[in-house]
Amino acid sequence: MLRNTLKLPNSILYGIIQRYASTLIVIEHNNESLTPTSLHSISAAKAIGGDITCLVAGTKCKQIADAVSKIDGVKKVLFAENNIYKGFLPESLTPLVVDLQLKMKYTHILATSSSFAKNLLPRIAGKLDVAPISDILEVKNENTFVRTIYAGNAVTTIKSSDPVKVISVRATSFEMAKEGLSAANIEELAATTTPSDDVIWESAELSVSERPELTSAKIVVSGGRGMKSGENFNLLYKLADKLNAAVGASRAAVDAGYVPNDMQVGQTGKMVAPDLYIAVAISGAIQHLAGMKDSKCIVAINKDPEAPIFQVSDYGLVADLFKVVPELTEKI
Amino acid sequence: MSGLKVLVGCKRVIDYAVKIRVKPDKTGIVTDGVKHSMNPFDEIAVEEAIRLKEKNIANEIIAISCGPAKNEETLRTALAMGMDRGIHVVVGDKDYETLQPLAVAKLIAKVAQDIKADLIILGKQAIDDDCNQTGQLLSAIMNVPQATCTSKLEFNNGRLKVSREVDGGLENLSVKLPCVVTADLRLNEPRFATLPNIMKAKKKKIDVMKVDDLAVDIKPHIETVSVVDPPVRSAGIKVEDVDTLIKKLKEQGFIKSLS
Repeated sequence: MLRNTLKLPNSILYGIIQRYASTLIVIEHNNESLTPTSLHSISAAKAIGGDITCLVAGTKCKQIADAVSKIDGVKKVLFAENNIYKGFLPESLTPLVVDLQLKMKYTHILATSSSFAKNLLPRIAGKLDVAPISDILEVKNENTFVRTIYAGNAVTTIKSSDPVKVISVRATSFEMAKEGLSAANIEELAATTTPSDDVIWESAELSVSERPELTSAKIVVSGGRGMKSGENFNLLYKLADKLNAAVGASRAAVDAGYVPNDMQVGQTGKMVAPDLYIAVAISGAIQHLAGMKDSKCIVAINKDPEAPIFQVSDYGLVADLFKVVPELTEKI
Repeated sequence: MSGLKVLVGCKRVIDYAVKIRVKPDKTGIVTDGVKHSMNPFDEIAVEEAIRLKEKNIANEIIAISCGPAKNEETLRTALAMGMDRGIHVVVGDKDYETLQPLAVAKLIAKVAQDIKADLIILGKQAIDDDCNQTGQLLSAIMNVPQATCTSKLEFNNGRLKVSREVDGGLENLSVKLPCVVTADLRLNEPRFATLPNIMKAKKKKIDVMKVDDLAVDIKPHIETVSVVDPPVRSAGIKVEDVDTLIKKLKEQGFIKSLS
C-alpha cells in the first residue's frame, strides 16, 4: 500500500524503514556496576539500525546511566531510580517498559540473554501481545533474525510480523560496544508502579570469585563428572589461575555437587565462546556442546578415546587428567 | 495450606538423546518415526506437583498438553507418574507446526482461568525450540507473579518461597498465589512410572478440548524462513603429550601472552 502510494523504489523505502527503526535496550546492572555483557545488545541494535535508547532501572543507577551514555551508538539514556526496582523483579520492571513502549512506539526492545533478560523480556512481550524472540545470533534485517534450536543442532532464520520485536541477544555472537567520543542525553523517568507484595525479593546467594566472569572470559577451563570430587576441581582452579581463565562445569559435575550451578555450561546453563575452551573429563553430551561449541579453539582432555568431545576438539589429549592437568599447569 | 489446584504443562518433544536431522528442504526437523518423550523440564514440573500432593499442599494436580493426537501419550506418562487427570488441547498437525509459546501461553491461561488453578508449573524451557518463554508469557497474560528457573519451592503462611537459579548463583523470593512457576533442572529428581501405575493411568480421565472451544487466537506471529545444519567444525588432531599440546597452543597464539 505504502509503496504504491509513494511510488518509491525498494531501496529508498528500505532506507525510510531503517531510519524509523528505534530500539530500546534494557541494560543489566547490579546498582553498583554495569553488567559488561549488557553492551553486546548495543551491537545487535546497531545491526538493526535506527536510534538506540538505553533504559537503566534500579534502586541506585544514576552512575550506571552516566556510564551507558558514553557508549558509542547510544542516542539517549533513560533511568528510573526507585526502591520498587529492588531485585530487578519483572513484575515491577515490565510496567515501566510497557508504559515507555506505548508512548514511544519503539520497533525493537532488546537485552542481552542472561537470567535477567530471559526472566523479563517474555513478560514484556506477553503484556504487548507479541511473540518474543530468544537468543539471536544474527540480525538479517529489522524483521528477520537467526537463532539456534535443538541445543544448537539446527540454525533457524525467523521473520517476525509483530509491530515491536522483543529480542534477547546472545552475547557471544555480537561484539561488545565500546566507549565513544561523546555522551548521550540522560533523562530521568518516574516509576510507573506502586509497591506491591505480590512478589518480595528476599535475598541472593551469589558465588564470589576472583576469576574472570564465565561468559566473557577469554579462556575457560571446564570440568566434568570425571573430576570425581569437588576437591579435585582445585586442579582446574590452579590451571585457570595461571591462564587467567574462568572455570566452568558440565551438568554432571554440578548435579554431583562438585561445583555450584552458576558454573554450568550448556543448553540449560551458560553459553560461552572463549578463544580457548579446555574441557577436562567432559564426555561431550549434546547438551554440553550447545554451550561451548562456538569457542575458537577447543582442547579436550579425556581418558576415553571414544568420548564425543574429541569430535569437536581442535586438540585432544587422551590421558588421565590427574596426571596431565598438574603437568600442564606447571609447564605453561 | 491445603487444597491447591495445580496445573502442569507437558510438552511432547523429540527425546533429548536423539541426534536430530534437518529436513533436506530446510523447512524444519525430521520428526516422523523419531522417538519422542516428555520435555525433561516438564517431567520435573510434574514431579514437583506430585510432591505437593503427597505433602497435602495440593488437592488436585492436573496435566495439560497442547498439540496433536500423539500428545495423549505424553499426558498418559504424566498420569502414570501420579497426576490426577489430564487436559488435552487438541491442535491439528498443520497448526501445530507453527504453534509458538505465545499461543500456548494463551491456551493454558484460558484453561487455568476456567478451572481456577492456584499454581501453574511449567518447565523452564522446551529442549526443541529452546525458547524459555511460555511461563513468563503465561504469567503476563494472567497478570500474576512469576517465579522462573526455580530450584527450590516451599509453602509458608500461604505464600510460596522459591529459590531461583540466576547467573551469579541463587536468589530467594516470596511469591503470592496464584502464580506461575517454571522448573529448573535441580528442582527435583523425577520418578519413573511403574508398570502398575502405567496400567492405572489408562483409567484416568483426559478431557479433550479444541482450540475453537477456548476461543484463543493461535495465529503465528513468527514465520520460519529456513532451518539448516549448524556449521561443522573441522576435524581436530590428537596430541601425544602435554608438551605437544602447549607447543600447539603457543603456535596458535592462544597462550602466547603468558610468561
